[in-house]
Amino acid sequence: MPEFLQHLANAVILGGTYALLGIGLTLIFGIMRVVNFTHGELYTFGAYMAFMLAGMFGLNFFASLALAALLGMALGALIEFALLRPLKGADIDTTMLVMIGAGIAMQAGEQLMWGGVAKSVPNPFPTDPFVLGPVSVGPIRLFVLAVAVVLLVIFYLLLNRTKLGVAMRATFQDPDTAALMGVNNGLMYTLTFAIGSGLAAIAGALLGPIFVVTPTMGDLVALKAFAIVILGGLGNIPGATIGGFVLALVEEFGAGYLSSGYRDAMGFLLIIAVLLVRPQGLFAAKERIG
Amino acid sequence: MTARLLPWLFVLFMALLPLWMRDQYILYVLTSTGIFIIAAMSLNLLLGYTGQLSLGHVAFFGIGAYTSALLSLGFDLDWGGAEPFVLDPQPVWLAFLGGILMAALFGWLIGRLAFRVRGAYFVIVTISFAQVMRMVALNWVDLTEGPMALNNIPPLSVWVPGEGVLPLYKKEYYYLLVLAMGVLGYVVIQRLVCSRVGRALIALRENESLARSVGINVTRYLVVATVISAGMAGASGALYTHYIRIVDPDVFMFIYTVTMVIMVITGGKGTLAGPVVGGLLFGFLPEVLREVARPEVQWIIYGAVMIVIVFFLPQGIVPAVTKLFAGKKKRAQRAARTPTTPRITEGASS
Repeated sequence: MPEFLQHLANAVILGGTYALLGIGLTLIFGIMRVVNFTHGELYTFGAYMAFMLAGMFGLNFFASLALAALLGMALGALIEFALLRPLKGADIDTTMLVMIGAGIAMQAGEQLMWGGVAKSVPNPFPTDPFVLGPVSVGPIRLFVLAVAVVLLVIFYLLLNRTKLGVAMRATFQDPDTAALMGVNNGLMYTLTFAIGSGLAAIAGALLGPIFVVTPTMGDLVALKAFAIVILGGLGNIPGATIGGFVLALVEEFGAGYLSSGYRDAMGFLLIIAVLLVRPQGLFAAKERIG
Repeated sequence: MTARLLPWLFVLFMALLPLWMRDQYILYVLTSTGIFIIAAMSLNLLLGYTGQLSLGHVAFFGIGAYTSALLSLGFDLDWGGAEPFVLDPQPVWLAFLGGILMAALFGWLIGRLAFRVRGAYFVIVTISFAQVMRMVALNWVDLTEGPMALNNIPPLSVWVPGEGVLPLYKKEYYYLLVLAMGVLGYVVIQRLVCSRVGRALIALRENESLARSVGINVTRYLVVATVISAGMAGASGALYTHYIRIVDPDVFMFIYTVTMVIMVITGGKGTLAGPVVGGLLFGFLPEVLREVARPEVQWIIYGAVMIVIVFFLPQGIVPAVTKLFAGKKKRAQRAARTPTTPRITEGASS
């Protein structure tokens, strides 16, 4: 039982960041119909920015996180502007190939700039864990969970309570009608990509101090983000949030009780299983995908 | 006529190459390029002719490689029973065939599973599949040795008149074997594409609903294409593993799939010559770039080339060149037909 609670705590903490990653990816797919293969690299970029700002320039840790997110948004906006805007109206395979190319170039760029040696992001939290009965949790992990939850709430408020959110959802449902209502579609696309990228970057910056930062850290994360998004149904934002936590639970308990070596395979087995039973994702109502 | 002869002249040239090419390194590069061209041709069958972007293609390559390696080395497997299952080393060609069959079997499984969905879903399922395979290769240490890799894999052998069966340690022979396999693969795909199956595949690529409406069993044809494509990818994986004689879980890396995809789209997806042209280009590009650029810069160039190709040459090199020549021919014909007619320019009459 104590083991169970510890796994549960770990899963919830990991799930917060997974949800951030999943939301970013599903938002971009839902609104822009682009499968974003640069997502993992934006995650890596965020982690490296946190490392550079906090580790190399000695900037305040919290300021570094915020700046990493903003820089991630800026990079996302740049990618959208330079690569996706000219391809407007192209089919999904075309944009996917361009995104794969951009992802490869970005990863090689990270390797070139920071080398292959793993870096760690310094953080001001004490290393002694909080102990609550049978569960012990490092302070930095609690902080990560708190930030993830706050960001999720902000994101939902943004999407549901602001004019910008309404415009984004309108573009999601029907870009042409939204344009007729005076929504600037191009601006929405750039903003969507920027927000999705910013969420990936902050996820990377948050996990940087917990894990180590390497140029290839984004590969597996990108694939997991895809798994999360499939779990929830492509373009389904609440689905991606729940999907993030589901994946974390499956991984954590799978690694704990089945086999730790297959930890990273759990997500993929899960989506293969999901597609067998419910191809439209766990939480999607109805969508034609065949 | 020349267009018909061109591929055969190319094959003849490549076959005669070892006679005067003494540089072992170039032969090595050509051989591994040839192996990847076979893999790219198999991917082209799916990506080019059915329009399905499979980003897990390296899984079939790796399954072929591992199966063939394990069968030729022999293995013992503790399956939970009293006695472990022991397999003695098998002849290499039997192992090779086993690799193809195993890859084709997985192709059938994945085809049945993944074609329930299309587009982005399909892409992600195929990536996931390759990733699971990599995890299995890493973690099933009893069978695959995990990250320690399978070593000392025997090379393929061939029967030489007067000398009996020889293992192909010499680079020239292996090069010729890969060339022969490449030609075989090319012919298989050519036959297939020109057959009823091929027309069905192209029909469903162009318009799936319409294809369905004229009675094409879409899923069945897609599965057939995947099985053939997977088997061929398995063959190239087996060729690869018996050539470099070691195989580790990195054979399943996403970047290999990306390399195949780049070869196909650069050369021209849905054309027979496309993967060959793209494959030669991207087989030699790293060798040329190696002199001037670091590996990271090379990858940046790869990524950039991919973007540039999609932007400016979305059909690939082969269709662009064909079009260029067709255009020239047409212009030449037109010029020949009306040699003396003066050009009438609009608005010139007064």
